Amino acid sequence: MIQFELNGETVSTDSPPDTPLLWVIRDELKLKGTKFGCGIAMCGACTVHLDGTATRSCVTPVSAVESMTVTTIEGIESDASKALQTAWVDEQVPQCGYCQSGQIMQAADLLSKNSNPSDADIDAAMNGNLCRCMAYTRIRKAIKSAANGGGA
Amino acid sequence: MGIKDQKIPMTRRTFLAGTAGTTLVMGLGSVLPGCSSEEAAVDLMAAGASNRFSPAVWFEISGTGDVKINIAKAEMGQHVGTALARIVADELGADWSRVSIDHVDTDPKWGYMVTGGSWSVVTSFTMLSQAGAAGRTVLLEAGAKLLGVEVAACTAENGNVIAGDQSVSFAEIVATGDISRVINDEEMAAMPVKAAADRTLIGKATAALDIPEKTEGAAVYGLDTELPDMVYAHPLIPPTRYGSTINSIDDSGAGDIPGYLQTIQISDPSDTVQGWALVIAESFPAAMKASSAVEVDWAAGPTAGVTEAHILAEGEKLAADRSSGVLVVDDGDVAAAREGAAETLSAIYRTNTALHFTLEPQNALVEFVDGVYHIHAGNQWQSLILPYLATALEVEESAIVIHQYYLGGGYGRRLFGDQMIPAAIAAKELGRPVKLVFQRAEDSRFDCARSPSVAQLDASFDADGELTGIEHAIAAGWPTLTMAPGFLADGVDGNGKFDTFSASGSDHWYTLPSHRVRAINNDLAQRTFQPGWLRAVGPGWISWGVEGFMDELAEKMGEDAVEFRLARLDAAGKNAGSAPNSVGGSSRLADVLRDVAERSGWGGDLPENEGMGVAISQGQERPNPTWTACVAHIAVDPDTNAITVKKIWQTIDCGTVVHPDGAMAQAEGATLWGVSLALHEGTEFVGGEVKDQNLNTYTPLRMADVPELDIKFVESDEFPMGLGEPPLIAVAPAIGNAVYAATGTRVRDLPIRLS
Repeated sequence: MIQFELNGETVSTDSPPDTPLLWVIRDELKLKGTKFGCGIAMCGACTVHLDGTATRSCVTPVSAVESMTVTTIEGIESDASKALQTAWVDEQVPQCGYCQSGQIMQAADLLSKNSNPSDADIDAAMNGNLCRCMAYTRIRKAIKSAANGGGA
Repeated sequence: MGIKDQKIPMTRRTFLAGTAGTTLVMGLGSVLPGCSSEEAAVDLMAAGASNRFSPAVWFEISGTGDVKINIAKAEMGQHVGTALARIVADELGADWSRVSIDHVDTDPKWGYMVTGGSWSVVTSFTMLSQAGAAGRTVLLEAGAKLLGVEVAACTAENGNVIAGDQSVSFAEIVATGDISRVINDEEMAAMPVKAAADRTLIGKATAALDIPEKTEGAAVYGLDTELPDMVYAHPLIPPTRYGSTINSIDDSGAGDIPGYLQTIQISDPSDTVQGWALVIAESFPAAMKASSAVEVDWAAGPTAGVTEAHILAEGEKLAADRSSGVLVVDDGDVAAAREGAAETLSAIYRTNTALHFTLEPQNALVEFVDGVYHIHAGNQWQSLILPYLATALEVEESAIVIHQYYLGGGYGRRLFGDQMIPAAIAAKELGRPVKLVFQRAEDSRFDCARSPSVAQLDASFDADGELTGIEHAIAAGWPTLTMAPGFLADGVDGNGKFDTFSASGSDHWYTLPSHRVRAINNDLAQRTFQPGWLRAVGPGWISWGVEGFMDELAEKMGEDAVEFRLARLDAAGKNAGSAPNSVGGSSRLADVLRDVAERSGWGGDLPENEGMGVAISQGQERPNPTWTACVAHIAVDPDTNAITVKKIWQTIDCGTVVHPDGAMAQAEGATLWGVSLALHEGTEFVGGEVKDQNLNTYTPLRMADVPELDIKFVESDEFPMGLGEPPLIAVAPAIGNAVYAATGTRVRDLPIRLS
């Protein structure tokens, strides 16, 4: 049995240790906000926070998160994260929306380390997150807006 | 209805309104043959529904004043429900803050269900306006009675019926009214809809209704659905799209994988999937793991050796053969122009295979309950796949319901719900709910990719150097031929049929002395894979050739690329346009071109290794044109030949803009799709399959390569046209023409590669 903390609660799984964290979160623990896109850590739709750092859950074996803290889109609470969600609505960012949980988780990681990112900082942090609808200009704008107004 | 004879049915329309319980239910649609409007209205009153009535629009007002508008279109990022609901609510006089939407499941009562072609607003606007206006009429009549005034003295505003200083809310009318009203076809035709100046919601700023839950991880996509006792399935896809058969399956290597159940062969009476097997397991990770462990020995189909080069070579051979294809355009005497030519100019433009790559991979959950197959999957064209499913399952269409969810990207991929078929067959065979999920490589291999294409363009000039004619041959795989052959069109000379969606863009709005277009099906492409409708479809690749060649012609004739185009956008003859969709004809194209040229500083000096290119488009199809003009400013690194797009300007005239911010979002996304298809993505067939199957080698545009965008919509009260696709079309040729301006190298292959 593997135990970890998910969105503030202790959870456990009997899945094989090499089971990707993504599927434990989605199918066992029933939090569907974290998405499956490419399966090789190159689209970012599956991004969660592992001890506060953005991590691709599709390639993270659940055994690797034993005793660690996992946060998903459903569990984000920091001021910066909330500011991002507000900015996402204010800037009307999502189109199909499928990548947006991952985009917000990645952006929250950025703001936790850099409260006032430049365009270049944003591009560097977000380049691994594919938005197939290509809502990139709004994602960038919303991150800047959250950084400036969100008290991050 | 059979697979081969589908067409969108046309019907006369009736509006029914009735209180069912404490709700006022209203629908605009057709009363089915053999039934009367009155019978349908009685049904409606009794049950809140009627199987005698097929509503294309159906909405209801509760006794508390909440308005629910049912949306039969797929939500895939275009915020379609918001736009369509605002059309209804504006006419109805509803309080927008009380409006909600619901994306409905398939039921024959909803009529024909398709979301594509940038058609939703174009094809729904009149009907939705009339439905809203009819609802307003009913409320005004009931409200006037409650207020004791004449109907003519009343207006409907913000959820109230108002007469002078008296008013009664929609909630009060519904709670107290006993409404039963039938508005027939003749009354509908005369139904007064608002003048543009009187609109309160259309064209005004608003937030999209679907966005909040998409920022909270709460939006439910097809992949997120579950049912008790379901098993997971993962596909084992054969080496060719068609004609592969399974010799044997060895699953001994999967036996020890916890959760692995079995591997089943799929026998599909509809022949949509051929030579498939599904790995069945208790969890998706187990299904993935077992898929790698199960060995399948296939006898590959006949196209196992086909490459991109083979398909393009076939296309070039067909395009060069003047006897091939079906006539799409035949204006003037092209043959005489050719025979009398003092000079000619020819070019071949090609595009390579491109993938949809919806970020949500293909999936479907199917359960058989009480004689009905319930299919849970986001889909764009339910009415297309239903007869395939009926054939595959050997049941009537009435025994199948497709439940709609948010689509994690559509872009045309989810027009064909072919992934539902193996899932449904497995559910039938196993007697348990089956959730089929594709991993990315399988999704790419099963994609209905944008076909490789070849366009041959031949221009003739007289002794004075004047252009006398253009012949244009376009060869590609045709999506419509395989998936929806009932939608093929007749050649203009009555000979043969062609895929209009693989020809649009060739029937452009330039006035030419003579012009002939042949659309040719590339049979090798057709046999090798399932060609698909990719965002912007035909114009998405056809305009690559048309607009590149226009630049070549302008250069040969010594004219500026903008002036050359403007001289041929004269709104003369067939290019004059017609009401309501194309009022003004090509003069509106000239207007957007002039505007984008001015805003971009066209013709100004640029640094070395930089260039600007221009292109125009009238997507999506000639009967529903959205007028766009695009300028791209690019730089080419002289050492590496790397192309950087610095800025894109677009001017777009789509008539009335229903949801301005949603329209801008679509234009931004489509423009960047244009950049991505021009420079960043594309694949090739190798051994009968697409080579690039995941993001390690298939590389759509990322944030760091996003250029500055300057997109302007023309203010207009003309009839609204579509927006999901048209802003994509002119981008690639504008970039290609800019590459020529920067380097002197003419690029004719897409994606663009400077060697």
